Amino acid sequence: MKHVTEPAYVRWSLIAVAFLFLGLFLILPLIAVFTEAFKQGADVFFAAISDPETLSAVKLTLLVAAISVPLNVTFGVAAAWAIAKFSFRGKNVLLTLIDLPFAVSPVIAGLIFVLLFGSEGIAAPLLATLDLKIIFAVPGIVLATTFVTFPFVARELIPVMEAQGKDEEEAAVSLGASGWKTFWRVTLPNVKWGILYGVILCNARAMGEFGAVSVVSGHIRGMTNTLPLHVEILYNEYQFAAAFSVATLLAVLALVTLVVKSVIEWKTERQFEVEEEYHFDVSGERAG
Amino acid sequence: MSIEVVNISKTYKNFTALQNVNLHIPEGELVALLGPSGSGKTTLLRLIAGLEQAQQGSILFNGEDNTNRDVRERQVGFVFQHYALFRHMTIFDNIAFGLTVRPRKTRPSKAEIREKVHSLLRLVQLEGLAHRYPSQLSGGQRQRVALARALAVEPKFLLLDEPFGALDTKVRQELRRWLRHLHGKLGLTILFVTHDQEEAMELADRVVVMNEGRVEQVGTPEEIYHKPANPFVYSFLGRVNLFHGRIQDGRIKLGEAEFEAEHAHFDGPAVGYMRPHDVEVSLHPPKSSATTAVRAQIERITPLGPFVRLELKRLDTKEVFEAEMSRQRFLELNVVEGGLVYVTLHNVSIFVENAPAIKPTRVYVPQQVSI
Ligand SMILES: Nc1ncnc2c1ncn2[C@@H]1O[C@H](COP(=O)(O)OP(=O)(O)O)[C@@H](O)[C@H]1O
Ligand SMILES: [Mg+2]
Repeated sequence: MKHVTEPAYVRWSLIAVAFLFLGLFLILPLIAVFTEAFKQGADVFFAAISDPETLSAVKLTLLVAAISVPLNVTFGVAAAWAIAKFSFRGKNVLLTLIDLPFAVSPVIAGLIFVLLFGSEGIAAPLLATLDLKIIFAVPGIVLATTFVTFPFVARELIPVMEAQGKDEEEAAVSLGASGWKTFWRVTLPNVKWGILYGVILCNARAMGEFGAVSVVSGHIRGMTNTLPLHVEILYNEYQFAAAFSVATLLAVLALVTLVVKSVIEWKTERQFEVEEEYHFDVSGERAG
Repeated sequence: MSIEVVNISKTYKNFTALQNVNLHIPEGELVALLGPSGSGKTTLLRLIAGLEQAQQGSILFNGEDNTNRDVRERQVGFVFQHYALFRHMTIFDNIAFGLTVRPRKTRPSKAEIREKVHSLLRLVQLEGLAHRYPSQLSGGQRQRVALARALAVEPKFLLLDEPFGALDTKVRQELRRWLRHLHGKLGLTILFVTHDQEEAMELADRVVVMNEGRVEQVGTPEEIYHKPANPFVYSFLGRVNLFHGRIQDGRIKLGEAEFEAEHAHFDGPAVGYMRPHDVEVSLHPPKSSATTAVRAQIERITPLGPFVRLELKRLDTKEVFEAEMSRQRFLELNVVEGGLVYVTLHNVSIFVENAPAIKPTRVYVPQQVSI
């Protein structure tokens, strides 16, 4: 198949530009992170990543992701289901609201929570009587992260669900299935790859979020520092090797995310191809 | 089980999809809903199944009101136009679905379900494919899986939306024959949608002709073909010739030709309809002096296997029309393109448009009119 009609030199220069750009802005920094991390030897590297403060940052990061990702999966699936399978008033408003975290700068998002729940915030008296602490504490970090990552699953699922239409669900209810059973046995299995894809992206962002978390965290060492914040602190204290060592953890997370993402894309594409293939074959009755 | 549709109207936003539809489908019949695309066939089927709610009217099954019942409780077998098989389930699981989603109290045992699914696979002649996925089947096979899946829940009747629409001619014909056979075997009431008049005529005991959200005529294939209630049904059910003329002083005038009209007590434009196979072509004028012979020129000859179609042009009105005859008759005539012939018209139906808002009425159907 030959779709391109541009001369070879145009194609090759475009490809070269793309690779040069990627090399300069992505591959080079990645290599730099690893070389800086190991500059003072493996001992320093391992000391940095096994430091109690680093381990506490890892724990907090995992905890935050473990809370915000399931929350956003639940919300995302529900929102996508409503948007794709039903027509209702305010659908466009809902769609716009889902995109809001993408449109708002993460720092502003963090500030909103400070304004709401901070010591001078609107909800401060209530929090004081309940003896709850949100800002400069773990709940604030979870809230900010959840806010920033909530479009990922919904945005991923809406087009998938819309493309699949309502036919299978209608078939299920006409066969007597309840709404609940239809959802679990028909809707959900059909979008499982979409959900996984959304989870991967959501998780990567949840673990890597800096801006919003930085505003609400208070940077209390060993208490409210996530990995990205910890990297910043180490860097600001001129512990470059340690900063880069911890940064490699985030870089590895990014690489794993990319690999899983490609595997999912490859899987869904193959599924799609099987269906395409079939469409050429509708005419011929196969043996059986 | 019989189905009764009483005065149903359905509007989408500001678009009327169905308008005062009344329909009775007797128990055990195989009925076709026939009409052009967009005439409301799918909408009517979905209303009967309960997948859509009407603004007005009611739906009865065996005389029992089902209008406000949920789809799940109607126990209707619905086969979707594009089958809507569950793509992530095997054929076995697809067919078993309706049984496995039942509440525990009414759910058959695993062994019973297996037994049932295998007997259905035998019925639809797909034994051995139980473990395949829908994407691994051909269109015809998918269609039969969809049928088996609908039959698994022992529905009160079957509703099929364009069951053969997406299949090629050969598979279509096989499946038609098979559906007919299945209907005979199960004795189930079946209502199917089609836009193909040949399919409706070949399969159905009774045909419901629809147009623009209304039922135009209900009848046996014989009735709707030979006694169409209006010009729409006439044109939709096969090739048709139109002659434009007038009714005046109780006489119908189509070009030079003129004859008595029994019920035409008004003056106005009239249209004569007839089928191409009711146009008789001869080389000589009719012997009876009472008839006006219309002369026509042969514009085009199209051989179509067992019969031949002539495209003719009347010399008086210049109207173009078609005649169809057996190959045998064509060879006897021994005519060529450009040649002149005499035509005699049989079974002409005259329809009059008395007012724009009122449907054209059939005023006169002579068994044999010669002009
Ligand atoms: N959900 C819907 N919303 C708006 N219009 C619809 C909807 N479903 C069907 N229609 C309209 O109703 C008319 C009848 O549709 P349909 O019943 O699908 O026709 P058919 O099956 O005879 O082709 C069409 O003009 C179609 O555009
Ligand atoms: Mg339709």
